[in-house]
Amino acid sequence: MPALEVSAVETLIVSAARLMTGRTTVFVGTGLPMLAAALAKKTCAPDLVCIFEFGGIGSPLDHLPLGVGEARTFERAYAAEGLTGIMETAQRGLIMDGFLGGAQVDPWGNLNTTVIGAHDDPKVRLPGSGGANDVGSLVWRTIILMRHEKKRFVENVDFITTPGYLDGPGARERAGLAPDTGPHRLVTDLAVFDFPPETRRARLVALQPGVAETQVRAETGFSFPVLPALERLPAPTPHELSLLRDTIDPEKVFL
Amino acid sequence: MTEKHHCPDCRWLETRVDLDDGLNYSCQKGNLKAGAPVLTRTPCRDFSLDETAVSVDRKASRSGRTPAHGTRANPPYSPFLKAADTDGFRAFNRDEKELRPVPKIMGEHEAVKRFIKDGDYIGFELYGTVRCPLSIVREVVRQGRKRLRLLGQGLIDVDLLVASGCISALDLAYVGYEAYGLSPVLRRAVEKGKLKAREWSNGALAWRLKAAGMGLPFLPTRSMLGSDTLKSSGVRTMRDPYTGIQVALLPALQLDCAVIHVHRADVNGNCQIDGITGFAPDIARAAKRLIVTAEEIVDEAVIRRTPERTIIPFYLVDAVVHAPFGAHPGETCGLYRRDEEHIKAYLKAIATEEGTRAFLDEWVNGLPDHMAYRRKVGLDRLEGLRHARP
Repeated sequence: MPALEVSAVETLIVSAARLMTGRTTVFVGTGLPMLAAALAKKTCAPDLVCIFEFGGIGSPLDHLPLGVGEARTFERAYAAEGLTGIMETAQRGLIMDGFLGGAQVDPWGNLNTTVIGAHDDPKVRLPGSGGANDVGSLVWRTIILMRHEKKRFVENVDFITTPGYLDGPGARERAGLAPDTGPHRLVTDLAVFDFPPETRRARLVALQPGVAETQVRAETGFSFPVLPALERLPAPTPHELSLLRDTIDPEKVFL
Repeated sequence: MTEKHHCPDCRWLETRVDLDDGLNYSCQKGNLKAGAPVLTRTPCRDFSLDETAVSVDRKASRSGRTPAHGTRANPPYSPFLKAADTDGFRAFNRDEKELRPVPKIMGEHEAVKRFIKDGDYIGFELYGTVRCPLSIVREVVRQGRKRLRLLGQGLIDVDLLVASGCISALDLAYVGYEAYGLSPVLRRAVEKGKLKAREWSNGALAWRLKAAGMGLPFLPTRSMLGSDTLKSSGVRTMRDPYTGIQVALLPALQLDCAVIHVHRADVNGNCQIDGITGFAPDIARAAKRLIVTAEEIVDEAVIRRTPERTIIPFYLVDAVVHAPFGAHPGETCGLYRRDEEHIKAYLKAIATEEGTRAFLDEWVNGLPDHMAYRRKVGLDRLEGLRHARP
């Protein structure tokens, strides 16, 4: 069988899905997180309950939703409630994981989806927080999904839309955020970072197939340490790719 | 409105801006003098935003006296935070709401004319393109409302109103097209400095409505803490006096008017929504006036058959408007899907200012009402968007 061409987005989704092994509840935002959640559910996390901010709880995701409030988010679901009900479920500690993305990320996992430039005189007006700040504040662990580009990986984000570890260990707790919460992994099409408790700064822990460390440095606007036992991620399997391409997003909305 | 004042202590700053609902800058040095021409809308560092002193400011500016302002010890909070009027809301509910079950059926023209005024703080309930009450949004544009302050968890609604110059301030959680990208209308307005926005999370805005619905002045939350979103919103934090946990205090948000699109309502305004309910229960209870548009007007007996599904009882509602396909080009879950072709044409149009104007002329201002809109889209085409009945 010839080697499969794998796109950056597919690499990203597969890596994110694999992080959900054995997980239970996940807060799913629009776009790539929907694909990652759907793939995890069909592979490593069959018990995963996908929760959408406008009220959908536990749809099997037979059909890929295009938005976080559309009918497919509660198609054959366990329950359909509303926005405050879902956010309060996260605030009570019942939602384990959440996927987030952004236009910019910094070494502490703070995310910007609000503006590029100064807030009151922005170069680019972005959509705003939506539910992202609630997810980053309230779920136990957040997994950040980003395309790896130098302009997105910056030492300081222009605007902290969603809190990561703010400026280091203990900062979340000092601000009042619940203990034991925060970014778990930063997953990109080039690499995976964690945020060790001593520094809460991004640390390179794994490389995507065929990617060199120098390439990651070239595409990252901040310095980062490297885990001595740096892992090499296995390539997406034909099974994972076929699920993504043929079953989850056959109309190629996101892929 | 922009009042003409000049700070003689400062070279590069000469204005006092007063957006209708309280964007007020006060000079902390007390140097504000009346009379100088307005040169810029950007105040100097000595000016801080102050809403607590709005009423005093207005009188002071007329008499030319120094306006009141926050002190260092008790800094003014964001002018975008309209303080909750908890007792006023109770009194309004007692004195102004119709507590008898009486018919409130009317057309969208009458509903908007009666219940949305210039300068009002309004909100539409929706998620993305789902169940957005666009027939009312278009009527607000047609009637040319001005200086509205908007709860900005939205999309096509926000863009149509911003592009039509109806909005003076925006409390923004998310304005964008999800898979289809950023909003070009919002980008143009904000990047050119024509529109000021304050940032919120979806949860925070919904909880602000919930607080109002609970009849409380604020609701604590553990969201938004530590972020610039919190700073922009102007929300204050405090330690819980019982446990010492730091919480953000979300001020209740009482809207002048809210609009919700529902699956079915009776003539008195008892409403049912199928599927997820978004923030409909919260916004319905947070508004002084509530306009409901319904896909279907049903007999009271239909409502009474499944009362547990009535998430909005009649006494919350001021107007019931029959609006089949009221969310077009968006969808109403369970009834019809969204009109991708129309949305793509719309997105193409709003990419430029000229295109936006042409779109507004063709699809909003050029049509008298929602019936004409439906005819223009094509009644057969609309029926084609319906899901097959199970």
